[in-house]
Amino acid sequence: MKFIQAGAPHIHRARTVAALMREVVLALLPAILLHTWFFGPGLIFNTVIAITFALLGEALMLRLRKQSVGLFLGDYTAVLTAVLLAFALPPLTPWWVTASATLFAIIVAKHLYGGLGSNIFNPAMAGYAVVLVSFPAELALWTAPGAGMASTAPLTWYQTLTTTLTGTLPETLTWDQITGATPLDRVQTGLTNGEMLSEIIAGSTLSGAGANHWIIINLAVAAGGIWLLFRKIISWHIPVALLGALFLIAMVFRLADPDSFSSPWFHLFSGSAMAGAFFIATDPVSAATSNQGRLIYAAGIGLLIYIIRTWGSYPDGVAFAVLLMNMLVPLIDYYCVPRTYGHR
Amino acid sequence: MIDTLPRQLHPFSGGLSLDSMKAAALSEPVTQLPTPPEVWVSMHQHCGLAAVPCVNPGQKVRTGELIGRANGTFSANVHASVTGTVGQVCRRPIVHPGGLSEMCVQIISTPEQQHDTAFRISHDYRLADPNMLRQQVAEAGIVGLGGAVFPTALKLAAEADQTLHTLVINGAECDPAISCDEALMREHAPEIVRGIQIMLHILQINIAVIAIEDDKQAAHNSFSAALADAADERLQLCRVPTRYPEGGERQLIQVISGTEVPSGGLPIDIGYLCHNVATAFAIDDAFINGHALTSRIVTVCGNGIATPCNLRVPMGTGVRHLIDHCGGYVVSDARIIVGGVMMGFTVAQDDVPVDKSTNCILVLPEHESRSNHPVMPCIRCGDCATVCPANLLPQQLYWHARGERLDDLQRLHVADCIECGCCDYVCPSNLPLTDYFRYAKDQLWSRDAQHLRAGIARTRYENRELRLEKLQAQRQARRERHRQAVREQSDKQQAIAEAVARARQKKQRMDEDPSS
Repeated sequence: MKFIQAGAPHIHRARTVAALMREVVLALLPAILLHTWFFGPGLIFNTVIAITFALLGEALMLRLRKQSVGLFLGDYTAVLTAVLLAFALPPLTPWWVTASATLFAIIVAKHLYGGLGSNIFNPAMAGYAVVLVSFPAELALWTAPGAGMASTAPLTWYQTLTTTLTGTLPETLTWDQITGATPLDRVQTGLTNGEMLSEIIAGSTLSGAGANHWIIINLAVAAGGIWLLFRKIISWHIPVALLGALFLIAMVFRLADPDSFSSPWFHLFSGSAMAGAFFIATDPVSAATSNQGRLIYAAGIGLLIYIIRTWGSYPDGVAFAVLLMNMLVPLIDYYCVPRTYGHR
Repeated sequence: MIDTLPRQLHPFSGGLSLDSMKAAALSEPVTQLPTPPEVWVSMHQHCGLAAVPCVNPGQKVRTGELIGRANGTFSANVHASVTGTVGQVCRRPIVHPGGLSEMCVQIISTPEQQHDTAFRISHDYRLADPNMLRQQVAEAGIVGLGGAVFPTALKLAAEADQTLHTLVINGAECDPAISCDEALMREHAPEIVRGIQIMLHILQINIAVIAIEDDKQAAHNSFSAALADAADERLQLCRVPTRYPEGGERQLIQVISGTEVPSGGLPIDIGYLCHNVATAFAIDDAFINGHALTSRIVTVCGNGIATPCNLRVPMGTGVRHLIDHCGGYVVSDARIIVGGVMMGFTVAQDDVPVDKSTNCILVLPEHESRSNHPVMPCIRCGDCATVCPANLLPQQLYWHARGERLDDLQRLHVADCIECGCCDYVCPSNLPLTDYFRYAKDQLWSRDAQHLRAGIARTRYENRELRLEKLQAQRQARRERHRQAVREQSDKQQAIAEAVARARQKKQRMDEDPSS
C-alpha cells in the first residue's frame, strides 16, 4: 500500500483548460457553418490554415521555451485563437495573410509575453490588427453575400482554394463581381460621402437578402454565446456590458439624429459585435477578472467599438477596442476588488 | 409535530454543489467497534497545549478515568477510552498533517470493560448552577467535535456576554464524504435535543436553531419527531440548502441570519454561537450517562476500502484497525485522508490513533483524486472568485503568493481565506491554490510575529538606552557633586593651612622679637 501525500482539496471538477477551450470552439461551429453557407467555403480553408500555423508556431515556441509540447499543444488554446482569427478574416484572404496573422498572434502576442495565461493582449485580435494595418487591400475584400452556397452561382471549393493559395481569382471572375462592401463599410463610406442613412439603405444590399445573412450569422454567434453562458463557461457580465453599452450609446445618437447615425440594432447585428461580446472579449486571460472589473472592461469595449465605427477610419472596431481595453485591465483589476466576507 | 420553521434564509456567496459520497457509509446504522486490544490515547486531542499524563505504566484504568490533565486555558482533559492496564507513556506519531509526534498513553484493554459515570447529575439539570455544569463540561474533556476541537466549556462561557442571543447547532455537514454527524442525527436526535437544552441552560439564552442540510431527510425526520416529543418552543429546526461549505460556521450563520461575522472577529460579536451536533450529544452523554468524552463516530469511507461505514470508536484506536474492520484496502495506492475530501489532510502512515478531531477517514484511490488532471498556468478565468464563499479573488492572491508580495496579499485579505478548497476544485488549470494561501498566511503570520518581536526588541533597546542615559546622567551628577565637595574641601584645607601659616608666622615673629 502506497500512501500518497498531498494537500486538500483532494478532488477536482472534470472541467480542464482543454475541455473549456474545446467547448468554446464548438460553440462557434454553427456560426462557422452558416458563414460557409452564405459566403462560401473560404472560411473553412482559412480556419485550416490558421490552425496549422497556430499549432506550428505553438510547438516551436514551446520547444524554444522548454515547455511541455504535448501538454500545451493539446490544450486547444492555440486552436481557439486560430479559429477566432479565421472567423474575423474575409473568406478569400490569401493564405500568407492568415499565416502571418496567426504566427504573430501565437509567437508575439502569446509566447513572447509568457505563454498561456500571461498575455496582456488578446492574441487573435493582436494578429488581426497587425494584418489589418499591414494588408489593408486584402482585408477589404469581403465576399458579397450570395457568393456562397446559398446563391445560385457560387465559387466552387476548388476555385476558393486556388484563390486562397494564390491570392488571385480564376480568370473568368473579377473581384468586383464577387466582393462587396460589408454593411458597416457601406454605411461608413456613405455617411462620409454625405449621404443620408435612408438613401444608403435604400440603394444597397443593406435592404436585401444580403443584409439578413449578416444578421443570421450574428444570431448564430449569439446562440453559441448563450450556450456558453448556459454552460457557465463565460459569465454574463462581459456580453451584457459590451452589447448594452454599444446599444445605449448608439440609441442616444440615433435619437438625436436618425439621418446620420445607424440604429442600435444595426450596430449589434451587422458587424462583429456579437463575436466580440461572446467570444473575443470573454477571453479570460486578457479580460478583467472581477465581476465589477468585467463590467467596466466590457462597457469600455462597447463604447470604443461605437466610437471607432462612427468617427474612426475603420468600418468595424472590435479588434482595436478590445486591444485598447486590454491595456487597461491591470488598472481595472487593481481597483475592482469585491468586498471580502466580514469586511465593510 | 413541530415542522421546519419557515425561516428566512440568506444564501452565502459562492460555494459548490458537490456530488455526495455519503450513501455507502450511511447504508448501515452506526456500529460500535469491538474494544481494540490496545489504544494509544494522545494527550493532544484539542486545540491548546497537550494535556499532562497523570497515570503510570502498569496502572489499571477504567473507561472514563482521567489520564491526562488539561494544561492551560485552551487545553482539555483526556480520559481512558477503554478499561485496561496502562502500558507505555511515550511520544508517538498522531493524526497530524505534518506527521508530528505527541505524548500518548498506551492502554492494553482487558476483556471486561467498566465505564466510569462520574459526570452524571442525578437531579434535574435545570436546577443546577450553569457555572457548575460548565465546569463539568470542561472536566469531561468535551471539545468541539466538528473538527476544530476547541474546548466546549470555553465556548459556553458566554453567559455574561449580553450580545449573545442565538445558539446555532451545526448539522450541516457539507463535506461530500463525511457522514458521522448525519448518522448521529438519524439515530440520536432525542439525546442531541436534550444536549441542546442543557447548553441553553448553561448559556441562559432562549433560542437554538438546529441547521440541517436539506439532503438529509432521515435526520430531519428524526429531529421533527424528537422536537415534537420535547415540545420546547426555544428549539427551531431549520432546513438549509445543501451547499458546500455551509458547515463553516461563518457561512452557516450568514445563511441563518443574513449577517456576516466581522473579519478577525467571532460569531459571538454578532450574537451567535455555533456548536456541532456531536458536541451536544457529548454533553448529554456526560450529564445523563455520566460519560467523559472517550469515543466518537468516525466515517470510514472511500472506494479504497471494502465496506464503508460509520463506526463508534474509542479514542486512541489505530486508523489501521478501523480500516481492517471495514475489510481493508482494495487499492494499491491511495490517499488516506483524515477529515473529508475537501479540507482533510493526508497521513503518511496508518498506525496513528484516532482522536477527538477525527470525523472521517477517507481512503481515496489515487486515480480518483485531482492528480488525474494536468496542472496548467492560470488562465484568469475567475471561476475561483465565483465560488469563493469569502468573496476573495483567489486568482489575484495566487499571483501575489507566487511573487511573495505580502503587502498585496494583505490588501486582498488573504487572512480571510477559510481554506475550503472551492477555488481548487473548480480551477480549470488544477492549481493547488489553497496550498498557496496556507503558505501565504503562514508567511504573513511569521512576518507579523517578526514585526512584533522586532517592535519589542526596539522598545527594549530604546528603554535600555534611556536607562543608560539616565544612569550616565546620575553618575555625572554624582561625580560633579564629588568634585565640588573635593574642591570645597581643598578650599577649606587651604584656608586652614593659610591660617596655620599665618599663626606660625606670627609666632615666629613673636619669638624673634620677644621685646615687642
